[in-house]
Order: sequence, then C-alpha cells, then structure tokens
Amino acid sequence: MDNNGMKMSARNLKFYYGSVQALKNVSLSIRKNRVTALIGPSGCGKTTFLRCLNRMNDTVEGARVEGEILLDGENIYDPDVDVVQVRRRVGMVFQKSNPFPKTIFDNVAYGLRIEGETPKNEIADRVEKSLKDAALWNEVSDRLHHSAMDLSGGQQQRLCIARALAVKPEVILMDEPASALDPIATQKIEELIQVLKAEYTIVIVTHNMQQAARVSDYTAFFYLGELIEMDQTAKIFTNPGQKRTEDYVTGRFG
Amino acid sequence: MPGGGDITGAFIGKQFGYTKAGNGAGRTMETHFQQELNQLKSELLRMAGLAERAISNAIEALVKRDTPLAEKTIREDFQINDLELFIDDHCVKLLALHQPMAADLRFITSAMRINIELERIGDLAVNIAERVISLNQEPQLKPYIDIPEMAGITQKMLQDVLNAFVNRDADLARSVCERDDRVDGLNDQVFRELLTYMMSDPKTITRGVHLLIVTRCLERIADHTTNIAEGVIFMAKALVIKHHADASPAKKE
Repeated sequence: MDNNGMKMSARNLKFYYGSVQALKNVSLSIRKNRVTALIGPSGCGKTTFLRCLNRMNDTVEGARVEGEILLDGENIYDPDVDVVQVRRRVGMVFQKSNPFPKTIFDNVAYGLRIEGETPKNEIADRVEKSLKDAALWNEVSDRLHHSAMDLSGGQQQRLCIARALAVKPEVILMDEPASALDPIATQKIEELIQVLKAEYTIVIVTHNMQQAARVSDYTAFFYLGELIEMDQTAKIFTNPGQKRTEDYVTGRFG
Repeated sequence: MPGGGDITGAFIGKQFGYTKAGNGAGRTMETHFQQELNQLKSELLRMAGLAERAISNAIEALVKRDTPLAEKTIREDFQINDLELFIDDHCVKLLALHQPMAADLRFITSAMRINIELERIGDLAVNIAERVISLNQEPQLKPYIDIPEMAGITQKMLQDVLNAFVNRDADLARSVCERDDRVDGLNDQVFRELLTYMMSDPKTITRGVHLLIVTRCLERIADHTTNIAEGVIFMAKALVIKHHADASPAKKE
C-alpha cells in the first residue's frame, strides 16, 4: 500500500482537552523517509498533534479525538486497533531524556525482552545495532553494563533513541529532542536525524526555527490549534505562502 | 595555447575527498552542511570550467578563423546561464536553512558574487565569438600578435584565480589583480594600432571595429577575473580590497 509515498496522514483531526479545543480540523500528510518538522509558538498545538500520532494522548484524562490518523492507510484510532502495536511502530523520543535506572544494555534490551519476540542469543546483537544506529556505540561499547544514569545529557538522549530503535519502529516522533542539550550534543542529534531518515520516517516538534530549517525536509506551521501552512522546508523559509507564516519565521511574533 | 576546461575535472576530483557521515564512526565525520558546501564548490568549479572553455574556444575561433567553432561557443552559453540560476538558488537555500557563520558565511556570499562574474565572462566569450563570425566574412586584417597575448594572460589569470579559490590562497588571488594592468596596457596598444590602420584605410574600419570590440571583451574578462580574485581574498581573509588593489590591507582585528 503505497499511499503516494505518505507514511501517515491526519484527516480532519480535532482534539479536545475536556471542553478546550486544542486542534481544529487538521489535515496533513507525513512523507515516508523524510523529516517533517512541526513549528509554531507555544500553545499552538504542535506537541498535542505529535502525541496524537502514536496515541500518547490516550493517557490524558478528558482527552477526546475526532477525525482520523492513518498509518499506512489504516486509522490508528479504530476501536479494534492494538494501541501497543501502534506505539511499537510509531516510537517516541521526549524532550527530557528518560533513561531507565538500569544499565545501558538493559535500557536498550528492555523493549525487546518485554516484546518477547527476539531469541535471547540475538538480543546482544540487536542492542549493538541499535546503539550503532543511534551513534552511541563507540562511546559506550566498553561499558554496556554500567548505569545509564552516568551518561552525559547528550548521551542519554541518544540512548533513548537507541531504545526506541531497538523495537524496529517505522516512524520516530521527537518532541524537542535537543532542547535540553548543549550545542555540540544538539549538532550530533541533528546529524543523526539526517542519517536515520534513510530507514525511518521522522516527525520532530521544535520551538527552534533554525533547527527546523537545518534538519527537516517538510515543515508544518501551527498556530492556535490550526495548521496554517505546510510545504517543503526550503520554501517555508525562503518564500512562505501565508503572511502569518512569514511573520513567524522572520521573528515578528511568537 | 589555451588549455582551459580540463583543469576543472582535476579540481573537482581533488575536492571530492570527503568521508560519508557515519554512525559515530570516527573523527573524519563530515556534516551534512559541509557536504552541501563542497557540492556548491564543485558546482562553481564546473561553471568556471565552462567559462574557461568558452574563452578558449572563442579565441581559437578567432585565430583559426573557425566559424563553426564560434557558433558552437554561442550555442553552449546556455549551460553557463542555467548553472548561474542553479547556483544562486542553492546559495539562497543554504543561507536560509543553515544560518552559516564566519568562513562559511563568507564562502557563500563570495560564491554568489563569483557566480555573477563567471556568467558575465561567459557572455563576453559569446560576444567575442559573434565578432569572429563577422570578421571571417572578410580577409584577416593583420597577423594577430597582441590579441592572443592578451588572451593568454587573461586565461592564466582566470586559471590562477580558480586555483586560489580552491585553495583559499589570498596571495595568488592578489597576484591576479596585479596582472590586470598588463591586460589594460595591451588593450591600449592594440587600440592605437587599430586606429592607425583605420585612419589610413577606410576599408579596414569594419574589421578594425570588430577587433576593438574583441579586445574590449578580453579587457572586461580580465576585470571580472579581478573581481573574482577580490572575492577570494574576502573569503580567505575577510579583507575587502575592492577599489584599491594596490593599497596595503588594513590589519584584521
């Protein structure tokens, strides 16, 4: 099922926190093997939207969704969908890295062990591959059984990425993945994203416009719960179609 | 005489020594942005190669009275124009998407300016080729001595400025600026000589005027090459020497 190269789509998505409508009729598509950035001022709904993509909002009391989100053409909000499977296929990396208080190895192996599909003798290989894919292997290969809490901030974030990659997702959602990191660690994450997109589809929320410009292929601008404009990143930052987009990217507001 | 376009291949080959950005693979990892900069560099060098070849063809067409070669030069100019648009767009995108700083910023802004100079050089080569076609409709006015010499100096200036660009060699770029006077001198010399011909025999006027235009084009090519050299010096040293190439540069703070 090709879906025109689109991995996921939102169709007429509306989202409510109780009586407050946080997303107003959002329709957009996420292209496979590309990086899509969601930008906009605080409170515009970009993180809410991101969390809809793997149903993380289900855990919020009073949250209500209308409309559809398609993954490979199938609505993830269908009643008979296994939400755990959705979250396996659509992984997430958070703003503040949250390694488990375990060894580096056990952090990455955790999902594999719980899933139960990987034979024990293959787990070590999968852990190694995930750490390599997350550009962390060279720094930790000699201390896999040390605590993950001893790693630096940037390393912890890459560990969280490795952990997400271990269960072989198709889409990786990133919620401001570098906002807690110093510039060099940030640059490593940004470079990593460029490498990862060959195998995965990536959606990243960032309040840092320059990061969106550096890292993404497509950019969607949200404002007050609405999608104002979505286009190729180069176009959004050189010649956006909407005035509000232009005002935002030139720093006139937000 | 003119060697021209083969240099470009060597330049590009030298520059493609980057390693693929790997998965934490080692110290020689090059970023996505650095790869883009290298690509921009090789696009410019390709355009420069086309400009070099255009001059070389136009002068060869003049000296050998080769009209088909002149026509070929004119026909091929579109490649230079297309590249100019492409490179300009690429530079704007890089500025918008990567917020380059310091040497990277100077490189991209210099690239935008060098781009314009190369396109003009291509157009001037076309102008020469057009004159050649007209000149070939009459017998050759006189043996060409000074014009090929002007062309040789100009072509060496262009070759050197491209070397200077690749190697960020400000000294080599400065030496290019200094040679512009020799081209201007030869231009004046040819001007006086052709005037003498034309004043003594009106039947030589048409050819004389075409040749004056050819030398004017060469003199303009040398000027544009000098502009490129100024761009290279800015890129390499953040020094602006425009409008007074002979003045000693202010110390960089």
